[in-house]
Amino acid sequence: MSHHLFVQMLAFALGGSLGSALVSLVADRYPRVLSRVAFPALAVAGAASVTIGLEAILTGGRFAVELPLGLPWLHWHLKLDPLAGFFFSLIGIGTLAAGLYGPAYCREFRHGPYSLAVLGLATGLFIAGMQLVVLADDAFAFMIAWELMSLSSYFLVGYQHQNAANRRAAFFYLLMAQIGGLSILLSFGVLAGFGHGFTFEEMRAAPLSLSWSSIAFTLALVGFGAKAGLVPLHAWLPEAHPVAPSHISALMSGVMLKVSVYGFIRVVFDLIGSPHWSWGVALLIIAGITALYGVLYALLQNNLKRLLAYSSVENIGIIFIGLGLSIIFYGTGQHLLGTLGLVAALYHSLNHMLFKSLLFLGAGTVLQRAREHDLERMGGLLKALPWTGLCFLIGCMSISALPPSNGFVSEWVTFQTALQATSLESGVLRAVIPITAAVLALTGALAAACFVKVYGVAFLGLARTRRGRRCTEAGPGMVGAQGMLAALCLMFGVFPTATVTALNHIVTDLTGHALTAATANGWLWLTPISSDTASYSAPLVSLGVLLSLAAWAVVYLVLRPGGHARMTRGDTWDCGFGPLNARMQYTSTAFTMPVQRIFKPFWDLREEVEREPRNGLPQEPERLRHQLHVDDISWRLLYTPVVKLLHATTRRVGRIQTGHLRHYLAYSFITLILLLWIIT
Amino acid sequence: MKIWALALLQSTAFVLLAPLFAGWVKWVKCRLQNRRPPPLAQPYRDLWKLFGKEALLSHNASILFRIVPYIVAGATLLAAAVVPLLAVNLPTAAIADVIVLTGFFALARFFLALAGMDVGTAFGGMGSSREMTISALAEPAMLLAVFTLAMVAASTNLSTVIEQVLSDGLVLRPSLLFALLAMCLVAVAETGRIPVDNPATHLELTMIHEAMILEYSGRHLALIEWAAQLKLMIYGVLIANIFFPWGIATTPTPVALLVAVAAITAKLSILGVLLATGESVLAKMRLFRVPAFLLLALTLGFVGLLSHIILEIR
Repeated sequence: MSHHLFVQMLAFALGGSLGSALVSLVADRYPRVLSRVAFPALAVAGAASVTIGLEAILTGGRFAVELPLGLPWLHWHLKLDPLAGFFFSLIGIGTLAAGLYGPAYCREFRHGPYSLAVLGLATGLFIAGMQLVVLADDAFAFMIAWELMSLSSYFLVGYQHQNAANRRAAFFYLLMAQIGGLSILLSFGVLAGFGHGFTFEEMRAAPLSLSWSSIAFTLALVGFGAKAGLVPLHAWLPEAHPVAPSHISALMSGVMLKVSVYGFIRVVFDLIGSPHWSWGVALLIIAGITALYGVLYALLQNNLKRLLAYSSVENIGIIFIGLGLSIIFYGTGQHLLGTLGLVAALYHSLNHMLFKSLLFLGAGTVLQRAREHDLERMGGLLKALPWTGLCFLIGCMSISALPPSNGFVSEWVTFQTALQATSLESGVLRAVIPITAAVLALTGALAAACFVKVYGVAFLGLARTRRGRRCTEAGPGMVGAQGMLAALCLMFGVFPTATVTALNHIVTDLTGHALTAATANGWLWLTPISSDTASYSAPLVSLGVLLSLAAWAVVYLVLRPGGHARMTRGDTWDCGFGPLNARMQYTSTAFTMPVQRIFKPFWDLREEVEREPRNGLPQEPERLRHQLHVDDISWRLLYTPVVKLLHATTRRVGRIQTGHLRHYLAYSFITLILLLWIIT
Repeated sequence: MKIWALALLQSTAFVLLAPLFAGWVKWVKCRLQNRRPPPLAQPYRDLWKLFGKEALLSHNASILFRIVPYIVAGATLLAAAVVPLLAVNLPTAAIADVIVLTGFFALARFFLALAGMDVGTAFGGMGSSREMTISALAEPAMLLAVFTLAMVAASTNLSTVIEQVLSDGLVLRPSLLFALLAMCLVAVAETGRIPVDNPATHLELTMIHEAMILEYSGRHLALIEWAAQLKLMIYGVLIANIFFPWGIATTPTPVALLVAVAAITAKLSILGVLLATGESVLAKMRLFRVPAFLLLALTLGFVGLLSHIILEIR
């Protein structure tokens, strides 16, 4: 692609999102603008982003432009290298899905109390912000884009602001985003201070001592970790993601978290350059805790979108496990394995973007059609929403890491990287890495349990509400967006070799080290290290699964019209007690009860039992209501103490504010004298 | 070409002989308990009968309910295809390594658990919930044992692992001992045998696997039963061939294959006797004691891993 063409495509990508934001300004007056212009513009921006992103990955080209914006001495530098291209196309896929999904989904906001203009404007700016973060090639542009992304998403989280919980979630989100942003700024400050300049080019060349680079790493970890949702900085995520409109939840969970993963990779692997292995150990421990913590909390949630948000925490943990392994291996000179870890992390970023967006869009469809966000009141939705149900099943399979889905491949590659720990010199490292692998194994198994619960309770069984039974499938736009993501989930699961080849290009371009044997045996075989060490043939496995489906189809087609039906329908066996009803099914809380007993100390659980006594006899209550509240343990351990400390400090500082003018004059006078004294 | 034929033959043998192994375990168990055993071919007769019967379906069952038996059977079949029964270095073994193998089991379990919840009875949900809980601990325990093997052999390919153990000869590796113990506990839990689950019971308080498939009948039930028997045999073969690989054919010559047939028959017979004995002398555990059992497996797997790292690497 020529430079000229690139600039044109870039104009499409950025212009689409910014243009969508601009035209939305009139959406309150002409609501159709949102569905006719704003969302299609986003879809165009998404498609253009995917195109140039892929171009950058496949050709390994670098495209740079300098925009006449920003400070007088520092214009905005934008650059698209393969790494940025990869994340740029992730943003593109998410934007495309949101653009297809949005028109029908946002129709319900038309008659609501909220402003459509704010929705369209913030969505467009949010996407433009994410695109610019990935494109930015200097710290200044990066921070502006980062804040644009944070601020516009704040308005989206707080969009339905009549609900006090949403306002609270939005404020908390903004607070955490600012803390994270500050930390990133300081990290850039360290790099820019030594590199004497704010462009990434100069920061890359900064000569850093180990202690300064460790400081930069820690600051970057806190900053990007807060945005990505690493425990214990994750607490905003399960509050903020569920309350945003569903296509925004999909963008936030699926795409925005990946943008912070991008930022982390950019700073640690590119700007700092040569990561030290001890950072990897710290990262591995944090990531392991994050993964396990996320899945344990996801398991116990009854609000579908909140569950998905906790599951994002888990997946971010898995991605950072890959990054941690990569840092350890690079830091100890095992370049091949370091590359493999990075490839695993990128692969999982791609996968999580696909299946988490898919699942959030599915949850949005359920929310719109069945008006339900509580798993306890869903059920039987597969019959009412067959296509959404099919796509959601594919998403559940992928997130549970079942072969031949895409989620399995990335976890498998992560396992393969971890199992090479024996090649390390240090005994401690050799022990730490397998422990992480064990945590990852536990996480995967718990995630499968979690998503069996989700799918079984929500989509299978009997409908628990009348609306759940009567609702109808969503329109083609909403189903199409989910179908596209589901198809991509399958594609990246069935053809991992091609994907790994492309990811290998990206990592080679970034670090200068390539995988040698991973894809050497043709498109059928994925052999990360060598074909003796491990091999996986996703196409053949998929063929096996397809053959079993074909066997079903043959039986179905051959036996059905052949006169003897060999299949009788009857009522479900009720043990002779009378008809079964929907309330006798296992609920979401009931399903996780055994797990809850096993891992009890990990949650703050509050159980409430309400009894309505009949005729004053408490032992024979007329109605019994059992509720289980799951509180995030990080609140008790971290946030509440910090808030208390903050309150106590501010109260103490507040004492100097007496309210008398003379005191304030005295303060100004003293300050003035102090300053004069310092200057002279 | 010949070697692909051999691989196909091996998979077919796996599928055809799985009911026989289940029948053997039942036979030994009956003898141990002073009951008159059914003939060894009884599982075949049961399957034949089930395949001949019409399938009865609940009005509430969705299409998923009807597809699941095929996916379960297919996934288990795939698992059987990659496990070396008679010979190592067969081409099918490269399709999937041992981590993918646990993935196949996870796939089958995922869909079976979904099917349990599909009809909307309390039994089905109960079975699914329990099965997923148990597997949430059993699967990591299995993977830990697998990781130990993988680190010992520097490979996760089953063929390579077996060859490595063979070439080691009769050395005593503590890590493999722990991995073996972990694997045995996991096998008992995953195949639903006493003391974790009882394949012969239909008592609501104790059922796990049977509760999930309670609504199935006819050919659907036959497929699921067959898959369960296959799974039992796969675990048997894994334990027999990984930890005691002697006799397995390393070259595809007729003599080696005959030796391999004799060896695996002997090994599986002994394993069957051990399993039946265990099931006869142990009582079924309460459901909430099972996590302790599985945590033991997890711990054993972990100790195996650490003992390899600490003791066995130069």
